[in-house]
Amino acid sequence: MHAVIPYVIAAVLFALGVYGVLRRRNAILVLMAVELMLNAVNLILVAADASVRSALAGVRPESWAYPAPEPRAGAIFALFVIVLAAAEVGVGLAIVLQYYRLRRAVVLDEVALDRHDHENEQVAG
Amino acid sequence: MTVADALMLALGAVAVGSGALVVTSTHLVRAGLYLVISLGAIAGLYLVLGAELVAWVQVLVYVGAVVVLLLFAVMLTRAPIGPSPGLDRPAGPAALIGGGVGFGLSVLLIDAFRWTRYDLPEPGTARRVGEQIFGGWVLPFEVLSILLLAALIGAIVLSRPDIGARPDPDAPAAAAGPPPGPVDETAEVAARLERIAARQAAAATRHRQVATTGAAADTSPPTANRATAEPAAGDPGPAGPAALKDQAREVVFGAHANRPALGGEPDEPTAPPVLEGTSRPTPAVRGRPARPALPGGGTTGEESDA
Repeated sequence: MHAVIPYVIAAVLFALGVYGVLRRRNAILVLMAVELMLNAVNLILVAADASVRSALAGVRPESWAYPAPEPRAGAIFALFVIVLAAAEVGVGLAIVLQYYRLRRAVVLDEVALDRHDHENEQVAG
Repeated sequence: MTVADALMLALGAVAVGSGALVVTSTHLVRAGLYLVISLGAIAGLYLVLGAELVAWVQVLVYVGAVVVLLLFAVMLTRAPIGPSPGLDRPAGPAALIGGGVGFGLSVLLIDAFRWTRYDLPEPGTARRVGEQIFGGWVLPFEVLSILLLAALIGAIVLSRPDIGARPDPDAPAAAAGPPPGPVDETAEVAARLERIAARQAAAATRHRQVATTGAAADTSPPTANRATAEPAAGDPGPAGPAALKDQAREVVFGAHANRPALGGEPDEPTAPPVLEGTSRPTPAVRGRPARPALPGGGTTGEESDA
């Protein structure tokens, strides 16, 4: 196994996620791009778990150079990131749907962050 | 170039290609479906890298739950089925920054790892990952469960407008009132309600008249002879409510007093007292001997037609 392959795939996926977050105007598509970035990070964690562990084949576990005494730390980190992503999507979609109920739009450019809610109503009406 | 390398290249090509379609497609629903393909290919990469449990959790959570949530949100926001024109900003700055990030990360990782061969780790089983999670990682695991609970409550609070909503000073007064009932008060419903009220008032006055006349007329003790004290069926009026009450008490407590004693000699069964006019005799069941005639006028000849 050449470990550079999954690393480069993860880097390209992360770049695609960054591009999508910056390019898209729809909030749900931005959330999809964020999912791509989180998956790239997960892929890096799992690949690092495989490559670092096989690089440490001859090192004793109690030595100071052994960074992870747990043999599956990368996979467990990936599981934790998956759970975090699920929570993020839940709260993010609740926010998006509530904003849609208020404004009938999910376009991020029209979100007024510097105005209060009622002032915005007065300006719009 | 081993089999694992070829597999990873193929799955990576699928993941990157469908990921590019996710961020460039003009159909909202198609973007979600391309995201399914991309995440599935990444799950395949996890399998090749030996993280089996992560791969299945990815399929379950991402493909099964997160993408479904995203598609639900797409449909709840009334997204058009066809292509949406105003979906993207100008591509220049985003492509610049995204390309820069991808190029920088790729150069960094290629320089760090070169074309070094690593031994593919043996495929991990869910048992070892579970031992690790509930052994050394149990505290982050519990913190993560609290975070999931907080996210759940937060999503509920966000999506319910009646929790924590401040009163809007600009809202019209009509919207501030209580919500209308499920049944509109049309003229028909109002007329029916009036009729019900009139019937109830008439019943109340009749009941009051019965109470006064019954107390004056009925002077004999009501439990002395039930056959004479009991009113006729369907006409409980002249006896009054006091007699009815005594009768009901006799039925209830008389059954308790006449219950068969435990361990005693079973005497012949006595027919249960029957409030006349309130119950009918049980018809004879087919294939069973008829019970003795009930005081309510039960007939025993009903099994002849069985």
